[in-house]
Amino acid sequence: MRRYSAFAIAREAARYHSGWGKAWSSPEPKKKYDVIIVGAGGHGLATAFYLGRNFGITNVAVIEKGWLGGGNTGRNTTIIRSNYLQDPSAAIYEKSRSLYETMSQDLNYNVMFSPRGVMMLAQTQAEVRGYLRTAQANALQGVSTRFIQPAEVKKLVPIINLDGPRYPVLGALWQDRAGTARHDAVAWGYARACSDMGMDIIQQCEVTAVRREGGRVVGVDTTKGAIDCDKLGIVVAGNSGVMAERAGFRLPIESVALQALVSEPIKPCMDVVVMANTVHGYMSQSDKGEMVIGGGADGFNNYTQRGSFHHIEETVRALVETFPMVSRLKMLRQWGGIVDMTGDRSPILSKTPVEGVFINGGWGTGGFKATPGSGWAMAELMAKGHSPLTDEFSMWRFKEGKFIDESVAAGVAH
Amino acid sequence: MLILHCPYCGVMADETELHGGGEAHLTRHGPGSSDEDFHDYLFAKENPRGVHFERWRHVQGCGKWFHAARDTATLEVFGTYPAQTTEPPKAIRKAITAKRPGWTWRGFSDPAK
Repeated sequence: MRRYSAFAIAREAARYHSGWGKAWSSPEPKKKYDVIIVGAGGHGLATAFYLGRNFGITNVAVIEKGWLGGGNTGRNTTIIRSNYLQDPSAAIYEKSRSLYETMSQDLNYNVMFSPRGVMMLAQTQAEVRGYLRTAQANALQGVSTRFIQPAEVKKLVPIINLDGPRYPVLGALWQDRAGTARHDAVAWGYARACSDMGMDIIQQCEVTAVRREGGRVVGVDTTKGAIDCDKLGIVVAGNSGVMAERAGFRLPIESVALQALVSEPIKPCMDVVVMANTVHGYMSQSDKGEMVIGGGADGFNNYTQRGSFHHIEETVRALVETFPMVSRLKMLRQWGGIVDMTGDRSPILSKTPVEGVFINGGWGTGGFKATPGSGWAMAELMAKGHSPLTDEFSMWRFKEGKFIDESVAAGVAH
Repeated sequence: MLILHCPYCGVMADETELHGGGEAHLTRHGPGSSDEDFHDYLFAKENPRGVHFERWRHVQGCGKWFHAARDTATLEVFGTYPAQTTEPPKAIRKAITAKRPGWTWRGFSDPAK
């Protein structure tokens, strides 16, 4: 792999950009790998990357039924934060946020991490109390957040309307080290680094069955033939339930569509991320100038990556109330992704009833921010059979009543 | 937008008029049941990509609960039926078979089998 650098740009500029080469190779699958990861999204590729980087396991294939980074990795609103309430969540999300800080250097790929700050508005007294509690919890967890007053909110976000008639802004939970990153670049950067370590990224190849012998995984059947493996990692977000069924077990997960939209590009007007969970709208401005807007989730199981119009109406109504200047903005695109929801709105990183099969899913509406931390923890779990970051996220925690209850703390918008 | 027929008041109701109530035909396990059964009843919900049976409530209309048979991958609705039953009626199962031959959902399948 040739390194990307300022020198490389100058070199290629001098020869009509003819020497860049492919960022990753697309080989045919081998007969056998030590580890197969199903799903070449951010989390799957990050898992493969840290298997190689931290544990020297490079005989790895990442198998993807569609195209690399084409699922939720390319469909989220790119928000990165770690202001969670519960200790296990704070640990893995903060690990993740800190890995984002050095990701561009680690991968030699510009992921455009922008620690611009994330603000979660408190618009009811209950929310004020909730965020004060979160700020205290974060202080104990070593996550830098603080509760700010309306005057400071207005200073950071001049376009905000503090005196909404129904839900005035009473304060906000502010994390100044949080921010956004270019979501495609995260997947591409990991893919390039994995390919460079000799791993095979196999796209357009669906895993149709998981072969087992005596309760142990021995390989997978795919649309490109059978492939053997010692260990299998399932990292397929919305399709977790479908893949689990093919591996012969059930997951406490339900899949629903979550949607987002972007406006036409406008001049810079807001340089932080604002989330308003009570009225349910969240917004940031991309480097191109588009306002990136997160919408609601459908209230019923579905696998259609599209969403529905009335959710857009609700979201946009909330945003017009909060940011009156967006009322005449035209929307450019709208899309949906399938999110895998667990009962306590926390992820599952776990061994499974099938020996050698590991599951990383259930990230629900907030997986992008966790990409590097999730990969880091999943790699440790797969390599060593145990990771301090994943202990609490077992798929059996529901049976034991050991929920990591984040649905109250973070609302719908993770 | 999902549009379902309310079998009680006969209205074709928009999704905004309804409220999804999750998986239908649940067996309710309570005190005295095994941990396994209680866990499955509360958490291990059916999550198929395809034929699915669900509870819905006509909240902005007659307020009654009913059941719907739907495809989660295409949003196609096979039919709705009143909730006073422990299994999908034969007509609904036939309607599904016409569109999705060989379907199964938990213990249920084509009525001819």
